[in-house]
Amino acid sequence: MITLDWLYILAGIAFTLFALLSAVDRNNGKRFGNAAFWGLLAISFFFGGYLGDFLNGILVLLLVGLAGIGALGRGDPPTTSLEERFGLSEKLGNKLFLPALIIPVTAFAGTILYNYTPLGESGLFEARWVTLILLGLGVLIALAVCMAWLRPPLLAPIDEGRRLMDSIGWAAVLPQMLAALGAVFALAGVGDVIGQIAGGIIPDGSIFIAVLIYALGMALFTMVMGNAFAAFPVMAAAIGIPILVQDYGGYAPVIGAIGMLAGFCGTLMTPMAANFNIVPAALLELKDQYGVIRMQVWTAIPLLACNILLIYFLAF
Amino acid sequence: MSEYLVLSGILVVVIGFALKLNPLLVVTIAALATGLLGGLGLGEVISAFGAAFNDNRYISVVWIVLPVIGLLERYGLQQRARAVIEKMRGATMGRLLLLYLFFRQATAALGLTSVAGPAQTVRPLVAPMAEAAAEKTHGKLDEKTREKVLGMSAATDNVGLFFGEDIFVAIASILLIQGIFQTYGIELTPLQLSVWAIPTAICAFIIHGTRLLMFDRSIGRHGK
Repeated sequence: MITLDWLYILAGIAFTLFALLSAVDRNNGKRFGNAAFWGLLAISFFFGGYLGDFLNGILVLLLVGLAGIGALGRGDPPTTSLEERFGLSEKLGNKLFLPALIIPVTAFAGTILYNYTPLGESGLFEARWVTLILLGLGVLIALAVCMAWLRPPLLAPIDEGRRLMDSIGWAAVLPQMLAALGAVFALAGVGDVIGQIAGGIIPDGSIFIAVLIYALGMALFTMVMGNAFAAFPVMAAAIGIPILVQDYGGYAPVIGAIGMLAGFCGTLMTPMAANFNIVPAALLELKDQYGVIRMQVWTAIPLLACNILLIYFLAF
Repeated sequence: MSEYLVLSGILVVVIGFALKLNPLLVVTIAALATGLLGGLGLGEVISAFGAAFNDNRYISVVWIVLPVIGLLERYGLQQRARAVIEKMRGATMGRLLLLYLFFRQATAALGLTSVAGPAQTVRPLVAPMAEAAAEKTHGKLDEKTREKVLGMSAATDNVGLFFGEDIFVAIASILLIQGIFQTYGIELTPLQLSVWAIPTAICAFIIHGTRLLMFDRSIGRHGK
């Protein structure tokens, strides 16, 4: 069976090559910093399952140390100039889109085929990770097609990948770090304290205010934790279930589903949700690291208001 | 009062992000502070941090698409994306992103959350197309407007994903809701929950879609 571990090996290979080519890139004054950072990530992907919790923790601290002292620079791998790219784009035409589409199409068509045909019974892929595994497969197919069609220098995919990777820099691991912070928060009981505070400020008798505090609490606590999944168990246990469902008799599916979505409005407004908000800003090379959040706030706030009204009118 | 000490990590995060300190450093200090004040030993905090980091490696797997995207950019993919939009009549940035919003919500509702994303689609295709469409209608963009157009492209990807995925019955958040209610003896089916994600999905499409079309016009006013 093809499991998530196969993908980790693929990622490990990619980061190893990023690290090696970074180490010999004399155009980058901080080349050894980049090599060490991508190399540590390669180690994490290859051996993370065997290192044990404490050594994984030390690995994380080393990554943070490298980022904290500003050890990462930007490599300058050989590539085409802007004029050349305009020329190539004219010459190659719309066929250029085909390899780019191979990745999403493989993931899309593959997932549908796998889930709705007898193929799924073969147990070829680890069920939980089908789409992600197919995404990896799509990458390999697209890479093979590009190499055969465009015939770039052999190291070009790694150099081009490294160019993009360096532009993202340490932000590449921030989402994973924040997920880890969430785990520490849970262990220390942060959620319970927040739940107590939120539960304590609800006055008796007003369904609307209870709904308001439930939804706002979901959004605010999601902003703090960067993840609605961390906020939901807390707010459901403090307000959603005991007060809205059990005391006031609200309709449970609405309170559950739309409560979670109120949390998603919070996700749109917080740098803590780094993979959605900070990483894309780095990937698009925006000057303002909060440039994506700024564009989301005015969708998130009206939508949060809608969610509050939806819970109030649909559940009661 | 001492139980509120564990909230100090939140304070570290808020202050750290506000001062724009290196987020990796902020997050690590917050984790150490929270763990230590919550009564864990230093070794335990480091272990908990490491274990959770390791469990979440799948988040960073997506970077394996970068060699393909980079390679295609080397051969002019972004320029091609722009050229297509420049030739298309009636393609404004707002309409283009509205179409993408619909595509992202619809595919996410089918459970296909990883088919698109910042690395897979936004950087190589959506952002250059949106920029080209905006330049086509409004002329060369100033730096501030350009950043807004790119930011809006990534924002549209997020809104589409968040408010589409919960319509799919087998997504993690639906299963989480079901699990939590079950611990309190309330039995819900995933279908019941995913159906009630639809009203919010419609609101999200209307609100964000309206903003996209209004954004078209506001650039028109400032862009010239």
